Amino acid sequence: MDARFDVELVSVTKRFGNSVAVDAISLRIPRGSYCCLLGPSGCGKTTTLRMIAGHEAVTEGDVLIGGANVTMLPTVRRGTAMMFQSYALFPHLSCLDNVAFSLKMRGIAKAERHRQAREFLALVHLEDYAQRLPSQLSGGQQQRVALARALITKPRVLLLDEPLSALDPFLRIKVREELKRLQRELGISFIHVTHSQDEAMALADLMVVMDHGHIRQAAAPREVFERPVSAFIARFIGGHNVLPTPHGAIAIRADRCQLGTGGDGPHVNGRVAAVEYQGTMVRVALATDAGDEATALVPDAIFYRAPVAPGDAATLVWSDHDAHPLTEA
Amino acid sequence: MAFGSSRARGPSEQRPWTFYALGTLFGAYLLFLYGPMLVIYVLSFQGPNGGVTFPMVGTSLTWFRDLFKPGQMANIPVSFSRSVELAALVSALTVVFSVSAALGFRRRFPGSGLLFYLAIASLVMPSLLVGFGIGLGFQMLGLPQDLFTSALGAQLTWTLPFGLFAMFAVVNRFNRAYEEAANDLGASAWQRLRYVTLPILAPGIVGVAMGAFTLSYDEYARTTLTIGTRNTLPLEIYALISSATSPTLFAIGTLTTTTSFLLIGVTLVVVFRMQRRRATAAN
Repeated sequence: MDARFDVELVSVTKRFGNSVAVDAISLRIPRGSYCCLLGPSGCGKTTTLRMIAGHEAVTEGDVLIGGANVTMLPTVRRGTAMMFQSYALFPHLSCLDNVAFSLKMRGIAKAERHRQAREFLALVHLEDYAQRLPSQLSGGQQQRVALARALITKPRVLLLDEPLSALDPFLRIKVREELKRLQRELGISFIHVTHSQDEAMALADLMVVMDHGHIRQAAAPREVFERPVSAFIARFIGGHNVLPTPHGAIAIRADRCQLGTGGDGPHVNGRVAAVEYQGTMVRVALATDAGDEATALVPDAIFYRAPVAPGDAATLVWSDHDAHPLTEA
Repeated sequence: MAFGSSRARGPSEQRPWTFYALGTLFGAYLLFLYGPMLVIYVLSFQGPNGGVTFPMVGTSLTWFRDLFKPGQMANIPVSFSRSVELAALVSALTVVFSVSAALGFRRRFPGSGLLFYLAIASLVMPSLLVGFGIGLGFQMLGLPQDLFTSALGAQLTWTLPFGLFAMFAVVNRFNRAYEEAANDLGASAWQRLRYVTLPILAPGIVGVAMGAFTLSYDEYARTTLTIGTRNTLPLEIYALISSATSPTLFAIGTLTTTTSFLLIGVTLVVVFRMQRRRATAAN
């Protein structure tokens, strides 16, 4: 059994009636990696996750988990566990019984399953809340119960559907750290669906950017950020200017662009459309004379040496080695 | 709501005259609704020499005692227990069928729309006609008409569509992710139903059971043409009204109302206990 990969997708397709939700995607997720499926809504990322979990039938192609073809297997025999976006905690059961649910289904005696459930509640620091009902917990606590309930099944792969979307921004960053810590400690693969590029960049070993049912780029976040393959990727992950040149489109990181005077170096002329103070940086939005939009992220110290205001003429300059050619459409 | 009403009242804090007009109308409606019933409850305690109208000639429990004297009156205690047995069976069958149907209807299948309309069509059919048809059918087939055959069937034509409607509303609010989570956690189809779906739907199911029970308990039009020889309580009362007039009728009214309130009370206590147990488990 080839277990170099926890999950392999082999030209997996999902059709709903006549519309194609996922179009022949192939992907290999190495053992023990944190993989983020990233993309705008309707790109097929959640459908892909649900096909891996077995909650959605695969129209064509194969799903392999730990080297074994699980395409036709029911959810429970796949070695996956899913954390739902709504958490789907059973409202009539206490946290302890929620976490112990899978053990109860396997016929494990009450004392034993409660002992194990307490261990997993401790793992997410909720041992004091064992007897509470889900409705008596905050959103963040509910999420941790859902996590414990999924992990107690000892999955090979944990599937997370937009796990942070219901949390407030401050908590989101704390929980994000917690997820990454758990993934490292448990050494299993996490597949995390999100539409937030910040989240994906912070967490992922493997970042899979999807659009219209296709995988547009799958690589380490740094690779994706430094070498986006297409204008779509460059725009979606943000922080880039996409500009046309005689040799095709290029992407330049906004923080590598400066306001200056044209000369021999690459530059583009335009007018300042907006100035936003962002603390350490000032974001200057430009409308170029060619009609494109461009942004310079200027360190505050540099900006205030020669501030500009909306309506001013301005020139965006960068160095050649920061320009990255976009190879795909 | 508090916000809305304070805004509607405006800065002067004074209610407009329409408030008092509508309030009076509503008071009149309540009087119209409950006044006659109150009269019945009071008159059921009429003295032994009194009649069916005021004034009261002393007070007594004579007419209640009359009810339970066998042979003299129509057989009220026996018909009451028949009604309760029938209502319990109707309620149980309605719950079983409407819960399974509502769960099944979540998945659209060819002809599901047609099937749904066929199932609820009997709600709009004239009730006497339905009863008549069933009675006639039993006669043509030479089957005996009785409490637990034709009458049961006739009542189900009324309670099943009602139960289906109610369960549709309950099931619509049910998040499918609960079932997917149960699958994910290794529950078999039966375990999923037993430990997840039914417990979450339980309050709605209790409601449907109670609704079906009361619909059956005071059903008249469908039952009267299909009952055979053993009357239910509403039929017995109707027979009584048309044959004799004495405060016994009022005593029946008082007694059946008390029964209904007892039933509602017991259900509320059960539901309250269930919630309490959950809350205690939580502390």
